[in-house]
Amino acid sequence: MRTTAIKVFSFYRDGFAGMTVGKSLWKIIIIKLVVMFAVLKLFFFPNFLKHNFETDEQRANHVLEQITRQVADNN
Amino acid sequence: MIDIDPSLVNWSRAMFAFTAMYHWIFVPLTLGLSFLCAFFETIYLKTGDEQWKTITRFWMTLFGINFAIGVATGIILEFEFGTNWSNYSWMVGDIFGAPLAIEGIFAFFMEASFFAVMFFGWNKVSKGFHCFSTWMVAVGSNLSAVWILVANGWMQNPVGMAFNPEQARFEMQNFAEVVFNPVAISKMTHTSSSGFVMASAFVLTVSCWYLIKRRHVEMAKRSIIVASVFGLVASMFVGFTGDEAAYEVAQKQPMKLAAMEGLYKGERSAGLVAMGIINDAKSPGDVQDAFLYKVKVPGVLSLLANREFGSFVPGIDDLVWGNEKENVMGVNTMMEKGRHALTDLAAFKEAKKAGQEDAAAEALERFNVNQKFMGYGYLDTPEEAVPPVAIVFNSFHLMAILGSLFPVIFGAFLFFTLKGNVTEQRWLLPVGLFTALLGLLAQQAGWVTAEVGRQPWAIQGLMPVKIATTNLSTASVQITFAMFAAVFTMLLIAEIFIMLKQISIGPEGH
Repeated sequence: MRTTAIKVFSFYRDGFAGMTVGKSLWKIIIIKLVVMFAVLKLFFFPNFLKHNFETDEQRANHVLEQITRQVADNN
Repeated sequence: MIDIDPSLVNWSRAMFAFTAMYHWIFVPLTLGLSFLCAFFETIYLKTGDEQWKTITRFWMTLFGINFAIGVATGIILEFEFGTNWSNYSWMVGDIFGAPLAIEGIFAFFMEASFFAVMFFGWNKVSKGFHCFSTWMVAVGSNLSAVWILVANGWMQNPVGMAFNPEQARFEMQNFAEVVFNPVAISKMTHTSSSGFVMASAFVLTVSCWYLIKRRHVEMAKRSIIVASVFGLVASMFVGFTGDEAAYEVAQKQPMKLAAMEGLYKGERSAGLVAMGIINDAKSPGDVQDAFLYKVKVPGVLSLLANREFGSFVPGIDDLVWGNEKENVMGVNTMMEKGRHALTDLAAFKEAKKAGQEDAAAEALERFNVNQKFMGYGYLDTPEEAVPPVAIVFNSFHLMAILGSLFPVIFGAFLFFTLKGNVTEQRWLLPVGLFTALLGLLAQQAGWVTAEVGRQPWAIQGLMPVKIATTNLSTASVQITFAMFAAVFTMLLIAEIFIMLKQISIGPEGH
C-alpha cells in the first residue's frame, strides 16, 4: 500500500517536474480558475436566488411570482 | 404587456451566446483530437514504428494546449444560469441536476484520471496501458459532451417531466425519456461527429503548413492519411446525422425549420432552398417575396421534413396564424390557451396562499388542461414566436454548404496522399491550409442555427427567454459582459500564441 502510494506520488512528481509547455499551461489554468472563482463568481456572478432568499420555499414563491406577474399586471 | 426591459434580455442573451460560442471554439477540437491521438497511438502500438510515437506525442501536445485553455470555460455558463437566468435555473434545476452531475462525476473524473497517464506515463507504464488511457481520455471527453447535449436537447424538446406548480419547477418523471430524447440523440451524434470533422480539418491545416514549408514532410503525410480517413468518414456521418437532426426539428420545432428554409407560405411537395439571398425586409404575413434570389430543389424539403414526397411543410405564416386545412394550430390560438394556463396558475397560487384548498384544486385542474401552452401566454404578439429568419437561414446554409465541402476535401487529400503525390498538388495544399478555419465557421454556424432558431424559447413552448431572465439592471449585465469578454479574449489569444509556437517548434520538441 505504502509502496503503491509512493509510486503514484513519484509518477505525478516526475510528470510535473518533466513538463515543458505544460508548465505555462498550468500557470494559465491556475490564473484562469482564480479569476473565474475568486473574482468573476464572487463579485460579478452571485447566485441570485441563493443570495436573496433563505429557503427553497421563498425561492419557489419568488419564481412563481415572476412567472405569473403578467396575469397580476393585467388584473 | 410584460414589463421586462428588452435591453436586459438582449444583453443577457448576448452574454450567454458569446460565452457558448467562445467555449465552442475549444470543445470540438478536444472531442475529435482526442480520438485522433488514440488512432495515432494505436498505429504505433501495432507497428512499433517510432515515427508514429513522435506523431502521437506531437498531436497530443496540441490536444493538451487546447484542453488546458478550454477547460472550465463552460463554467461561466453555469455562473450565468445562477445570475442572469435565475427563473430558468430554478425551474429546470431538477431536470438538469442529474445529467450535469453525471457529467461531473463520471465523465470528468474518468477523463482526469487517465489524463495524467496519457501525458506523464510515456515509458513509465506499459505501451498497451498508455494506449488504453489515451482511448479513455477520448471516450471521457465525448461522454462529457453527451450529458451537456442531453440537457440542451431537453430545452428543445422538453420530455420526461411534469410541472410542479407549488414549487414552480419542472420535475423529472422519467430519466430514460430525458436521456433518450430523440432530439438529444440526434444533437449528440451530430455535434460529436462535427467535432471529429473539426479536429481532422485542424490536423489537415497544420500538416499542409508543414508540407508548404517542406518541414516534417513524412510526419505531415502520415497525419494527413489518418485525418483524411477519419474526416471523410465523420463528414459523411455528419451528413446523415444532420438529416436526422433536421427531421427532429421539423417534427418538434417546425418554426425553426421554416426559418432555416425561409419558408413563409407552407406547401405540399415543398422545395429545398439549396442557396439563396433572403429578403431581410420581409415580415410574417406581408406580400413581399421571401427571397431576392434562390435556387430551389423541388419536393426535397417535404421528403427531408416528413420522409414523404408531397407532404405538407408549414411555413412561418401557417405557424403564426394557423392553417385549418392542413390542421396546423397557430400561435394566436396557442397564446389564448397559454393565457388561460397562466391565469389558472395565478389563481392556484392565490388560492394556496389563502388556504383555499378546493379552489386551488379546481384552478390546478383547469391549469393542467392548457399547461403545455403556458409559454405562449407570455407572448405579446403571435409574430413574437418567429426567430430572426435571416440569421437562421444564413447560418444554416453556411453550415450545410461547408458541410458538403468537407467530404470532397478529405477525399481529395486521401486520394493524393495514397497516390504518393500530395506534395505536388500545389492547388490542394492552400485549400488544406484553410480547412480548419472553414471547420470552425461551420461549427459556429451550426450552433447559431440551433440556438437562434429556437428563439424566443428558453424551453420550447413553455418558457420564453424574457421570462427566464433575472430582473437585474442592464448596466450590471453590461459590466459582467465586458469582464467575461476580456478574460475569454485573453484566453483565446493565449491559445493561439502557444499553439502557433508549438506548431512552429514541431515534433522536435519531444
